[in-house]
Amino acid sequence: MQPHEQFAVVLEHLTKRFGEFTAVDDVSLRVGKGEIFGFLGPNGAGKSTAIRILCGLLAPTSGQAWVHGFDVAREPERVKQSIGYMSQRFSLYDDLTVEENLDFFSGIYGVPRERRPERKAYALKMAGLESELPTMARLLSGGWKQRLALGCAILHEPPIVFLDEPTSGVDPIARRQFWDLIYAMAEGGTTVFVTTHYMEEAEYCHRLSLMYKGRTIALGTPKELKAAFGEDATMDDVFIDSIEREEARTA
Amino acid sequence: MKWRRFRAIFHKEALHIMRDWRSLMMALAVPLVLLLLFGYALTLDVDRILTVIYDQDQTPQSRELVERFRGSRYFQIVPGPANYRTIVKHIDDSSALLGIVIPNDFAHRVESAQEAKVQLLLDGSDSNTASIAVGYAEALILAHSAELREQMLQRRGQGKLKMPVDVRIRVLYNNELKSKNFIVPGLIAVILMIIAALLTSLTIAREWENGTMEQLLSTPVRPTELLLGKLAAYFVLGMADMVISLIVGVGIFGVPLRGSTLLLIVSSALFLFGALCWGILLSTITRSQLLAYQLSLLSSFLPAFLLSGFIYSIDNMPFVIQQFTRIVPARYFVAILQGVFMKGTGLEVLWMQMLFLVMYGALVFTIAVRKMRQKMA
Repeated sequence: MQPHEQFAVVLEHLTKRFGEFTAVDDVSLRVGKGEIFGFLGPNGAGKSTAIRILCGLLAPTSGQAWVHGFDVAREPERVKQSIGYMSQRFSLYDDLTVEENLDFFSGIYGVPRERRPERKAYALKMAGLESELPTMARLLSGGWKQRLALGCAILHEPPIVFLDEPTSGVDPIARRQFWDLIYAMAEGGTTVFVTTHYMEEAEYCHRLSLMYKGRTIALGTPKELKAAFGEDATMDDVFIDSIEREEARTA
Repeated sequence: MKWRRFRAIFHKEALHIMRDWRSLMMALAVPLVLLLLFGYALTLDVDRILTVIYDQDQTPQSRELVERFRGSRYFQIVPGPANYRTIVKHIDDSSALLGIVIPNDFAHRVESAQEAKVQLLLDGSDSNTASIAVGYAEALILAHSAELREQMLQRRGQGKLKMPVDVRIRVLYNNELKSKNFIVPGLIAVILMIIAALLTSLTIAREWENGTMEQLLSTPVRPTELLLGKLAAYFVLGMADMVISLIVGVGIFGVPLRGSTLLLIVSSALFLFGALCWGILLSTITRSQLLAYQLSLLSSFLPAFLLSGFIYSIDNMPFVIQQFTRIVPARYFVAILQGVFMKGTGLEVLWMQMLFLVMYGALVFTIAVRKMRQKMA
């Protein structure tokens, strides 16, 4: 079996340049099925760019990536069929109700007609929005908007979900609830690929890649990463020390 | 192209349109306002020309001429004292367009069979109206002088005299020569062009600005489905405007519709498709609502208004401008509208124009899809 068939997401020497600037620099990774994989890094580290390449929104400059066995550069249409994507910004329709947003994405993702009521009910229950069907999306609070966005992204039961800083600008309780959802999805066999710059969120991931200036500077489980920096190192220590080491190495 | 995704986009756009009631009202009210405004205000018919008559002669003969002017519906005599100074003053403050001076030897010269003279003073600022006014005044005075000659000859006992050449006029189309019959059909083209390009210019740019395009791009939706879904929703709105214009034009203004209504609807649909695609193309290229809006206003309104033959005859334009009008789709649609409304012409005459509309729509749609694809990748 080829690695890109065995794993949910495979990156091989993936590079993306915008003119002189290298946003993603020779990144290689393998993410297993059902894993919660995190991209941790400061702003501008290339996390979002990497995710956008994996979603077929950007073409890589060089290297290759497979998502659900499909080459992102050659078969973006098939990649898009098998993923759910949630961007940093709330990107649903403000002037549509919760129900209309769900119905729209159901149609766009081509959920079969007979499966629609069931999927809609599932998304609503998951997002805890059952009582908000007729509410205009713009009237929802930040946390509910995020959950609705996630609900819309998983209507077609994608095996892989990409979440780009899903909890930015959301209060801690809503953030915690959101992670409960992520765990529930992973338990159901969905691979979750998430970017964050919150340390406590990084701890929730099964495995992490620390990104800095477009490169992977550390990779492992939260436990492994912390162990490498001493007994009672926190995620903060890992983050800051790794970046300082990288700075020293490239200086 | 999947029917299901097309329908989802169409349905979503229809919801956007209905939720945004201000834009919706604008889209439905604009044709009414434009039709009423242009139909009533923009009349190219010249009548009731404000005229000051300075009758120096004050004889029965001169008053007869004044009465002729007073009796004509083309002239309206400005009351009050008249002399050279007041004529100039009236023309200066635009309370008169025309001044007529009848010299004090008018009756004497007429009676003694000498050449009598009448002076016309004219405001030439609006050259078009001025030349029409001169034409009317000349015709009236000429008719008067022919009558005088006839009377004179009769008095000398020479009997009735016939004019050597007599003009018999038969107007083939628009036989009342009313300018609204010509303006209202052409106005439909202007209305459709403005509405279509303005509404659609916002639609794609809004998705970029709100970040919803990013979400759409991560889904399997294709550029063709996205564009056609949006086009279809605005198409319904545009056709509603077409029907409103048709009802107002025929119902309120009484513009005769001689040709086939079906041909009218089909050609409107073709034109509307092209106009909608143009708005979408601008929206796709600019990605900014403001810029797209301004560009579409400039690029739809001005050519449709000035270069379509709607008011200003293309035949009278300089050669270079005439060539330029060939790429203005409104030109072809105006020709179809005026043909179908006033002359009742059919496809056998208008097929060239129809063909152009088809080609224009197909071309702009293809470019829009291609641009969309580039932006999506």
